[in-house]
Amino acid sequence: MKKWIDKRGGAGRLKNSALAAVFMTGLLGLTACGGDISAAGSSGGASGAAAACGTFNVAVNPWVGYEADAYVVGTVAKQKLGCTVNYKTLKEEVAWQGFGSGEVDTVLENWGHPELTDKYITKDKTAVDAGQTGNTGVIGWFVPPWMAKQYPDITDYKNLNKYADLFKTSESGGKGQLLDGDPSYVTNDEALVKNLNLNFKVVYAGSEPALIQAFRQAEQNHTPLIGYFYEPQWFLNEVPLVKVNLPAYTAGCDADAAKVACDYPKYDLNKIVSSKFASSGSPAYKLVKNFNWTNADQNAVAGYIAKDNMSPEAAAKKWIDANPDKVAAWLK
Amino acid sequence: MSTVTSARERKAGPAVKPPASSTEARSASVLSTLRRQWRRTLLVAVVLLWVVLWAVLHGTQTLEIGGADKTDVHLWLNSVRDAFDSARTNSAFFEYVVQPITDGVNGLVTFLQSLFSQGTATRPVPQVGWLGVVALLAWLTFTFAGIRSMILVAVCVLLFGFFGYWQQSIDTLIVTFVTVVLCAVVGLPLGIWMARSKRASSVLTPVLDLMQTLPSFAYLAPLALVFGIGPAAAIVTTIIYSLPPLVRITEHGIRNVSPTTLEAVTSMGGTAWQTLVKVQLPMARRTIVVGINQCTMAALSMATIAALINGPGLGQPVLQSLQSLDVGGAFVSGLAIVLMAVMLDRTTTAASERSVVAARFQKRSRSGLMPGPKRRVTIVTIGAVLAGVAVYLSHSYLALAQFPASPDLGSPLASAVSNATQWVVNTFAGFTGWLKDTVTAALVDPLQSLLAQAPWWVMVIVLLGVALALGGLRAAAVTVVCEAVILGTGLWNESMKTLATTLVATLLVIVAAMALGVWMGRSKIVDSAIRPILDALQTIPSFVYLVPALALFGPTRFTAIIAAFCYGVPIATKLVADGIRGVSPVTVEASESMGTTSWQMISKVQLPMSRSAVVLAANQGLLYVLSMVVVGGLVGGGGLGYLVVAGFSQSQLFGKGLAAGIAITALGVMLDRITKYTAARLGRD
Repeated sequence: MKKWIDKRGGAGRLKNSALAAVFMTGLLGLTACGGDISAAGSSGGASGAAAACGTFNVAVNPWVGYEADAYVVGTVAKQKLGCTVNYKTLKEEVAWQGFGSGEVDTVLENWGHPELTDKYITKDKTAVDAGQTGNTGVIGWFVPPWMAKQYPDITDYKNLNKYADLFKTSESGGKGQLLDGDPSYVTNDEALVKNLNLNFKVVYAGSEPALIQAFRQAEQNHTPLIGYFYEPQWFLNEVPLVKVNLPAYTAGCDADAAKVACDYPKYDLNKIVSSKFASSGSPAYKLVKNFNWTNADQNAVAGYIAKDNMSPEAAAKKWIDANPDKVAAWLK
Repeated sequence: MSTVTSARERKAGPAVKPPASSTEARSASVLSTLRRQWRRTLLVAVVLLWVVLWAVLHGTQTLEIGGADKTDVHLWLNSVRDAFDSARTNSAFFEYVVQPITDGVNGLVTFLQSLFSQGTATRPVPQVGWLGVVALLAWLTFTFAGIRSMILVAVCVLLFGFFGYWQQSIDTLIVTFVTVVLCAVVGLPLGIWMARSKRASSVLTPVLDLMQTLPSFAYLAPLALVFGIGPAAAIVTTIIYSLPPLVRITEHGIRNVSPTTLEAVTSMGGTAWQTLVKVQLPMARRTIVVGINQCTMAALSMATIAALINGPGLGQPVLQSLQSLDVGGAFVSGLAIVLMAVMLDRTTTAASERSVVAARFQKRSRSGLMPGPKRRVTIVTIGAVLAGVAVYLSHSYLALAQFPASPDLGSPLASAVSNATQWVVNTFAGFTGWLKDTVTAALVDPLQSLLAQAPWWVMVIVLLGVALALGGLRAAAVTVVCEAVILGTGLWNESMKTLATTLVATLLVIVAAMALGVWMGRSKIVDSAIRPILDALQTIPSFVYLVPALALFGPTRFTAIIAAFCYGVPIATKLVADGIRGVSPVTVEASESMGTTSWQMISKVQLPMSRSAVVLAANQGLLYVLSMVVVGGLVGGGGLGYLVVAGFSQSQLFGKGLAAGIAITALGVMLDRITKYTAARLGRD
């Protein structure tokens, strides 16, 4: 026991001098030059272009389709323009907050968000619209394909009450369950159920993974499910959900949120950039402004990420290598 | 999730009944029996009243409000947020206080990242490469914690790399380090102050409660508004959650320094400062290190949440995997967090044990009795030189700077886990569906109906009566205040729904904890087999098992209950096991000699004698369950949890989300105090 204590004591007294020693050696190491890293540094990228572009801060909103947009644009900016790209994982709300402080340069897939548009574009003037992405957002009620096949008339909302019993769950209190997902998305579902006199109850899944997992299980086990969904979405490549037709959308039919009795409008998804970034003259701004692709393009990249488990960088690179002419058009 | 302190405080209390031989004690025990019967009568009366009133009035005056409806309080909270937002640009406070802090923290983290984890615009790799980092960490642990810790650290750190999360792991280490240092700078003085001043303690305790129980989702967005998007906001979020355990444990440690020692020092003419620095701090050292250890664990548990506002580290891959429902990927990154928790926990514990020994030795060595052995000096010095060389090499050579891509342990492990999960889901989906439906119909629905469908004033009276019967007057007083707060948030009905799922989850936790805890408490082998699993369940981010839970149970309240169950069981089980083991061996032997069976032993001796430990386990289980309400909201739990999530996602619902967060806190404080006072009473009887 005594001897054991001895050893520790020695260490205690030694601490300072040894610490100093390692610190000095470390310092020496850092100041000294040599090895192969300086070479790696210069081979790494177009350092001349880097000065022109500088840093490019891309918000990454938390869904895979958005990730596809972000990493494709980011990779092009890095490879072709020599930008230093920072990806920032943020919810929409927080991402828009970052426009004013310069922490976020662009949001690459915006789904409407009238309240944010009003606050940051109209009032604060910290953000501007940078045009459409070419993707069309469709929101609505969907059923798994097996149900559409077995009950062909289920895709008309008028027949939903007939099937309400099928959709009963432990959560829906005796009515049919209409499953809603991530609370960030605009939904009119409670009003719709009420105004269309449907014998359904809206149940909140709470997140996108919960919603997708529910649809996946429903198709796999042939259990009934109806829920809120949207495209573009990589999951539709895995399970092609079938949309239920609600009364057609007409301009202004959703003006009063409590009285909505019509389908969701189609969203032309757009890009938002910070005002500072727009006037900075960065080549990345031109890239963002020109960036445009189809739902199929996005679903392809999102599928590489979600289904093939590729890293977002690798998925983006794969698509970029396969579509050189589309990329070239963005760089003009 | 309060608190480790309470656990320690209770354990210190008397667990064994004093012998009641004198007449005085006998009459006291008669009185206490009477009192207990009075409590029981009250409890029965309250429950009867509740059921009768519910039967007559259910569905009326439930204070239910629709999903998009907002009360004045919610709108007011929104307006406060907006005022904050506009004040940000032209306020001196922001410019001269908040901004420098933000810049300072961001600068520090970026600097450390450029040193150890990430390249910069001018250099593609960090200044110190992987080899240097491994060598430095190994040398540091060897010097401060010994050879066993060194091996553990080296293996863990290399595993992070082989899992494919080298950079994220080092980022997490950096963020945790900065957080813990800042916590120590703020928390130690606070803890000392609270130990020395009753008033400071009574003012700060509710604040600490609030910091620990207010769900971070509720304040994440405004924090990002104040501290910007970057490491600073993530670190502040983490500090809010991880500071309280450090402060509480420090206070506890200093207050528990023996009063006789303090008197001796005062009588020798020591000043207050001398007493603190020379006596209280050194004597409380071990406890304070426990505080730092708990602070570190709490900081790690925030990694995933902080990633929501772009906090660097391992939380990012967890969230990213969750988006594409990649169970394997989420598991591997979650496992890295577990390994880091194990590594930091064992290392800080070892270092603290050693420092105590070293301190004791130093005192003796001053008298010149024991010169230090040369051998160890030499080893540490050689180690330093080796580490220095490794740092230099990893600075200069790319292969030693960038972690090698192979062997890649991450991908095979991820796909194995994915396949295993798939198999479990396919095999058990039928059974789990039945289980979900049964528990929901038998427990969740009736209880929720009783709680949420009864008129609000009935529930106010019922909760008050229960608090009075179980916890006494003080518990009832707290309950009144908490009820007022919940009513004030305008979310009474949602709160009752959340209370229902919380109670069901807690019930399941207690049942499981009793079974497992008794088993562990009676057998050392079982204990050492189960404990690591419990540790892992406690530290793995819950986001990792949400997807399999969803696959098995669908987005339902039951899934939320399961998630809470997984998180609450470990702590409750450990407390029950400790309680069982704490039963005096003499008593156990005595009953054994009288020929009791195992079952009699458990039910008549061990459980009754560790009654207060069981109630404490219920208390902690409850609080852990409650801290999962928001996670439950992500998987269909509804109630307050969903509102908090919605408030984080939609700006117009911010106020409602914050109000829901406050309601969760009020529920937590209420349940905590009721169970705590009950435990204290049972410990006394």
